[in-house]
Amino acid sequence: MSHLNNITIKIWRQSGPADSGRFESHLIDEISDEASFLELLDILNETLIESGLEAIAFDHDCREGICGTCSLMIDGRAHGPERGTATCQLHMRKFSSGDTIVVEPWRAKAFPIIKDLMVDRAPLDRIIESGGFITAETGGAPDANLIPIPKPVADASMDAAECIGCGACVAACPNGAANLFTGAKMSHLNLLPQGQAERFKRAEAMVETMDEYFGSCTNHGECEAACPKSISIDVIAMMNADYLKSKFKNRKSLSR
Amino acid sequence: MSINLDAKIPDGPMADKWNNYKAHEKLVNPSNKRKFKIIVVGTGLAGASAAATLAELGYGVDAFTFHDSPRRAHSIAAQGGINAAKNYKGDGDSVYRLFYDTVKGGDFRSREANVHRLAEVSVNIIDQMVAQGVPFAREYGGMLDNRSFGGAQVSRTFYARGQTGQQLLIGAYQQLARQIGLGNVNLYNRMELVDIVNIDGRCAGIVTRDLLTGEVSSHSAHAVVLATGGYGNAFYLSTNAMACNATAVWRAHRKGAAFANPCYTQIHPTCIPQADDFQSKLTLMSESLRNDGRVWVPKSADETRAAADIPEGERDYYLERIYPSFGNLAPRDVSSRAAKRAVDAGQGVGPLKNGVYLDFAEAIGRLGEDVIRERYGNLFEMYERITGENPYQVPMRIYPASHYTMGGLWVDYELMTTVPGLYCAGEANYSDHGANRLGASALMQGLADGYFVLPYTISNFLSGLLNKPIPDTGHEEFKKAETAASDRFKRFLSIGGTRSPDYFHRELGKIIWDNCGMERTQQGLEQALSEIPALYEEFKTDLRVTGDGESTNQTLEKAGRVEDFFELGMLMCRDALTREESCGGHFRAEHQEGDGEAKRDDENFAHVAAWEWSGDPMAPIRHQEELEYEVIQFQTRSYK
Repeated sequence: MSHLNNITIKIWRQSGPADSGRFESHLIDEISDEASFLELLDILNETLIESGLEAIAFDHDCREGICGTCSLMIDGRAHGPERGTATCQLHMRKFSSGDTIVVEPWRAKAFPIIKDLMVDRAPLDRIIESGGFITAETGGAPDANLIPIPKPVADASMDAAECIGCGACVAACPNGAANLFTGAKMSHLNLLPQGQAERFKRAEAMVETMDEYFGSCTNHGECEAACPKSISIDVIAMMNADYLKSKFKNRKSLSR
Repeated sequence: MSINLDAKIPDGPMADKWNNYKAHEKLVNPSNKRKFKIIVVGTGLAGASAAATLAELGYGVDAFTFHDSPRRAHSIAAQGGINAAKNYKGDGDSVYRLFYDTVKGGDFRSREANVHRLAEVSVNIIDQMVAQGVPFAREYGGMLDNRSFGGAQVSRTFYARGQTGQQLLIGAYQQLARQIGLGNVNLYNRMELVDIVNIDGRCAGIVTRDLLTGEVSSHSAHAVVLATGGYGNAFYLSTNAMACNATAVWRAHRKGAAFANPCYTQIHPTCIPQADDFQSKLTLMSESLRNDGRVWVPKSADETRAAADIPEGERDYYLERIYPSFGNLAPRDVSSRAAKRAVDAGQGVGPLKNGVYLDFAEAIGRLGEDVIRERYGNLFEMYERITGENPYQVPMRIYPASHYTMGGLWVDYELMTTVPGLYCAGEANYSDHGANRLGASALMQGLADGYFVLPYTISNFLSGLLNKPIPDTGHEEFKKAETAASDRFKRFLSIGGTRSPDYFHRELGKIIWDNCGMERTQQGLEQALSEIPALYEEFKTDLRVTGDGESTNQTLEKAGRVEDFFELGMLMCRDALTREESCGGHFRAEHQEGDGEAKRDDENFAHVAAWEWSGDPMAPIRHQEELEYEVIQFQTRSYK
């Protein structure tokens, strides 16, 4: 185990949605390279509290890269420099002594800042509520092995379903688009046999809800690079295809 | 409120009880369901599945989460899988065997009738989740794949890569989201429960604090369901998420809900060892890894060579040696204590000598790296991200950590606490796992409670309240609770001491871990019971909470949770002290066999300890629910 020295944290402070916000700098004399980035913030916060200052607010929870709560823009990159990794699993060994690290909240019109580094990602939930589900009310489900699902199909669905809903794709997108998120959520269900009954209704509802809140996709691909689960932009292509089809599919004859 | 521990177990043979219950329970007419309001607190597997199902049935549901979205609940982090008695493998599984394994695995400290029901509905859960689009692992022919999981001799565990909890929670969340979109569920996010209110002898609602504005407000209903998870964060370091806390169940306990078996905490054998003092949480590596990994330590305490350089003859594969029939799959409590013994004997590995090896070299040699990558790829990546070591090349280092709490609010067969109208589901209740939970059973229990138990049992209670109005939140009991909650948060802000809530949490956690962790002694527990109140006094005078109470203030939120952990910590130690036996996750050093195995005392302790709040956290009142075993005979758990 070794240490890093003289790390400057340039961090966004904003007291509330109405405040204009500003950067604040803190010098960290020494930090172990085993510390996670969020542990660095914990240590900084404890120092702030004990000297009578208000702690920096940031969202975080599981610290295992799965809940999708943490959401930091580190040196201009969503979730920081390590690919395929959420902020909570970024460790200080990825930085060097003397670094200045700039920490900001997600920046997107659809995600207003609540305080400091916390943002409101509720529009992602609105997309799911509009159609990101399979209608299968509790009880009466047939035996689970009744419909065989080829392994490659189940795997492709799972690849999309791995999305943790963190919103990094939106934050990384120059347009503030949520196409990777929506595409992932939609592909997870549209690829499965169980998802076919509502496939085109789902595609239409989710895309149109997405468009109410978020910007438009222009195929930059920044989302895929920022995604902590490395979800492929193939899901956007699948979503676009299904959305297009949803506009001329005669749903009464879907079974044909 | 007096404590009534009648479990209300239905009549009939064990295998018929649940059917008998369903045949005779009182129902609520579909057109009357919308007259009822139910509050569900927590949106993990148990909460989301309950809220969605109750709304589908037609009840009015208010769901509360302190997260920004229901999908963040910590159920999401469960890795390994979910059990179900489907017997798809034809390897001898059955409802009876899952029931038997769970009672035995729980060391004969769970209620048979509840466990049997859990095993029965397990099969429905898989059907339900597949219908909802959970992409479980499949075989090439398209059928569902199963694996054997910690402590089971049959392959009954369904899984979705190493992210089963995530996929199940997303399934339940999507079903809940549908009900939110339809307007059948009102979701209150970033709202924390801060009190429970009872009026006329039944639960009338809850008091919440808005985490964005600090506003304290009341919400009333005909029934309240707490599905707020376990209290493993009492140890400070655990595999729980940072925000997991005991506040909801603890506030309910203070309002009359008995707290059962708080000393039953599960230590998970396969976590990444602590790296340093500043560590904020421990990370679990799914114990499915034990299917292919071999656990060992060097035979010599003075070993300094790298793992690969230690010859076979100088390695101690201690689980395979001591427990030949279960080997590396020995149950969690047994494996954890064996690891502790090895580390305590100086045979630990890693820079701090605080872990044991979990070695995949043999499995990679036998199956090839590709198969191992297919099975555990994401876990291996996670391990490398955290430790900087590549487990395809060097063995993983693991050590036990607090992971799950079997104790929780006492509930009867209907999942009702000792407060009428207040229900408790999922990890927050104590009901199904006895003194030790088997792997892949937590997801099963959460979904069983939410999907297939509560929606039935709650109507039995609600039917008696037909045409009774929703309690008025203007009632003086609500007002009193609101004032008390506001005063409590003002008090934290006004102490003006020198230490952050995290400091106290860390110190408290150390006391509880050292004395009420993997091994407990009378002396240690008594010491903890003097140290915790002393630290609590310090907390009351030296706490510092900066910021204000009118906007987002995570320091203030934490202060309330830590205070509740103080009181709960005292109860955990008190319970451990009075349970003069070793069983499951509760190991009293005074009660062990010559070979270090746990010594259970069925004559004196085959009961549930249900504690009543007395007003003084140091003087709780102990009640007992005797456990009677109709079907399964007591036997010593042996995995040798």
